Amino acid sequence: MKRIRLVLAAVIVAGALIYLIVGGIRGAIVYYTTPSELLAQGPSAIGRTMRLGGQVMPGSRRWNAGTLDLRFTLGDGNATVPVIHHGAPPDLFTEGQGAVVEGTLGADGIFTARSIIVKHSEEYRPPPSP
Amino acid sequence: MMAMLGFLSLMLAVGCAAGGLVTLLAGHRLRHDPARAAWGRAAAAGLFAGVTLAVVMMEAALIGFDFSIRYVAANVNRATPLLFRVAGLWGALEGSILLWAWILAALTLLVAVKYRGRHPDLIPSVLTVLFGIALFFVGVMVGPANPFARLPVVPPDGRGLNPLLQNHLLMAIHPPLLYVGYVGLSIPYAFAMGTLLSGQHRDEWMTLTRRWTLVAWTSLTAGLLLGARWSYDVLGWGGYWAWDPVENAAFMPWLVATAFIHSSMVQERRRLLRIWNVSLVILAFLLTIFGTFLTRSGILASVHSFTQSLIGPVFVAFLGLVMVASFLALLARLPQIRDEGGLDSPLSREAMMLLNNVVLLTMAFTIFVGTIFPLIVEAATGAKVTVGPPFFNRLFVPLGIVLLMVMGLGTALRWGRSGAEEMRKLGWLIGITLLTVTALGFAGIRGAGLVALGAVCFVTVAQVGEYVRGALARRAATSESFPVALRSLFALNRQRYYGYLTHLGLAIVITGIVGSQSGRIEVQRQLLVGQAMQVGGYTLRLDGLVALPGADKLVVAAPVAVFSGNSTALAGSPGSPGALDILRPSENFYRQARTPVPTPAVRSTWRQDLYVVLMAFDPAAQSAVLRAVVTPLVSWIWVGGTIMVIAGVLAGWPSHPT
Repeated sequence: MKRIRLVLAAVIVAGALIYLIVGGIRGAIVYYTTPSELLAQGPSAIGRTMRLGGQVMPGSRRWNAGTLDLRFTLGDGNATVPVIHHGAPPDLFTEGQGAVVEGTLGADGIFTARSIIVKHSEEYRPPPSP
Repeated sequence: MMAMLGFLSLMLAVGCAAGGLVTLLAGHRLRHDPARAAWGRAAAAGLFAGVTLAVVMMEAALIGFDFSIRYVAANVNRATPLLFRVAGLWGALEGSILLWAWILAALTLLVAVKYRGRHPDLIPSVLTVLFGIALFFVGVMVGPANPFARLPVVPPDGRGLNPLLQNHLLMAIHPPLLYVGYVGLSIPYAFAMGTLLSGQHRDEWMTLTRRWTLVAWTSLTAGLLLGARWSYDVLGWGGYWAWDPVENAAFMPWLVATAFIHSSMVQERRRLLRIWNVSLVILAFLLTIFGTFLTRSGILASVHSFTQSLIGPVFVAFLGLVMVASFLALLARLPQIRDEGGLDSPLSREAMMLLNNVVLLTMAFTIFVGTIFPLIVEAATGAKVTVGPPFFNRLFVPLGIVLLMVMGLGTALRWGRSGAEEMRKLGWLIGITLLTVTALGFAGIRGAGLVALGAVCFVTVAQVGEYVRGALARRAATSESFPVALRSLFALNRQRYYGYLTHLGLAIVITGIVGSQSGRIEVQRQLLVGQAMQVGGYTLRLDGLVALPGADKLVVAAPVAVFSGNSTALAGSPGSPGALDILRPSENFYRQARTPVPTPAVRSTWRQDLYVVLMAFDPAAQSAVLRAVVTPLVSWIWVGGTIMVIAGVLAGWPSHPT
């Protein structure tokens, strides 16, 4: 009898914890999209937090050091999305390279990036040979 | 030459591991066979010699720029300083496995020598398990992860270590510490499995592995602490923990090892939780393998990139094999190790330790889910998702508070069944905690931070109370003075009283985390030389831009004078009279890197840290973009963490020279 009660209590506790964890993860998932996927989603994408990854289009980077506004365009070959970010570009951020930003798409079609993600991956690629 | 010698010594190691495994397995039925035990020791010595020789060859190749070896060419270049050439051994996958195998071979030899002639029915089984693990690691190296693989064409120079890793001294010692912790956990695992294999014991392995587990735990703690510090000192975002999969991979075994240290005491004292303890130690070991694999296999970048190499599947297969074999062994011996009794009372120390285990395992499970969830989603649907810090924070705040409460209760209650004395103690504890919480509330602290600091206070008072009570009782019994009595407590029961000290260290760490998470101020601005900016009670003035060419990098530093107070009158005034400090945040341009790596400058006090990063600069315009972050109580994390590590070392230190 005591054993059954114990097992029951354990099951309830475990169930509650799993519910908490699974419930918590639903709200915390951030989807990763490319510019084409983002545009294909249409207006439903507006206002949802997501990560947008693509190539920083050559010649698109405008940085106003006075106001600290960074503007650039992310592209994937098919589509491009203009991005605005408040703050200095991180060190690993250069035109022609890949970048991932996290933020939301506005109704005006401009993606406001809260952060530019700098990967500190262990794999490290060499500089292009001169 | 070095590549060939290295590979041959690895082959020797494989032979010894396989030989040891077979000899001991065959001798399993013939107990108390001294000849086989001697063979086992010889195999352990051969294994250690083989892997050591391979490590020496690899280090010689790294130090001597032998770019014919692919691993050397990928991780070192001619400008890499000596320290980081040595550290190149653990800079990437193959070398890390070599280091893992080396530590394991050393521990195997240590077990074989230390327990020579003792526990003749247990140690051969333990060594069998250790040889099995070692066989996997050295086997992987003569197969898919050969560190001595050659390049078809010898390049004139190598690529060099990732500059982020090379930019800080801590990166040279952080991975080995983590690995000592990881590999150290295979000792309690081997003893647990050996116990099941031999089929003759139940509780001996607890006492035998106690100190090994403490050493592993202390190394893991130190490794995690240094990792956080590295993140703070190098990455330039002003934080120390990002719930990055690499960090998570090291944190999970720590949580399970911490749970095991507590539940093993319950088995030693009360002969309870036997099955639970074996399961915990299996889990901890699996998580160390999982952690090594997660951080080094490339699976984190993408599930798809990872399946391209053979190493991933091999690791997954090994994980599966260990899991199935371990739990089958446990199942087979279940009747033998079942507990006889049960908990006497929920108001007991062992009940609190059980609760502590539930919380710690839930934390580990939370991290596990958050870490592998993106991998599962990607494998199932192809969509890439991430699980961000909000998920972890939302679960860890309440879990952490419960953990602290349980920690305080567990210290105050007694083994078995608590009585009137413990209830009085609890009354005091709750009283003091409520008073502190009220005072903090009046001081303007609110919300989760207030609850967390209340729990910290509860833990602190409980630990200090034990010291005072113990020392007073001893003074009454022996007429020693109070400080002498306190010292004798530590000398007589190291593990108990240094254990309380770890709790105090953790309380300090958590205070630092609460402070730094709640009161952070960040400002980013472009300044011309001579201009000033304000952040959180400091005024920062940019005093210039300085270029310092070095052997392997060019450093551009921006001297920043720090004044206290929000005064703009200081801007532009020459010299720095009254400056609190001159900080020199810099950017490092490594020869092999496309983009610079920042080195933030920090002014640290016990109240708060001022953290300044040079984000960008323009020599022509004499301007720089600075990011300044003021974070309260960060230094408490390093102080508390150091206390935990020191307490861990002292708790595991032998009490009597033997």
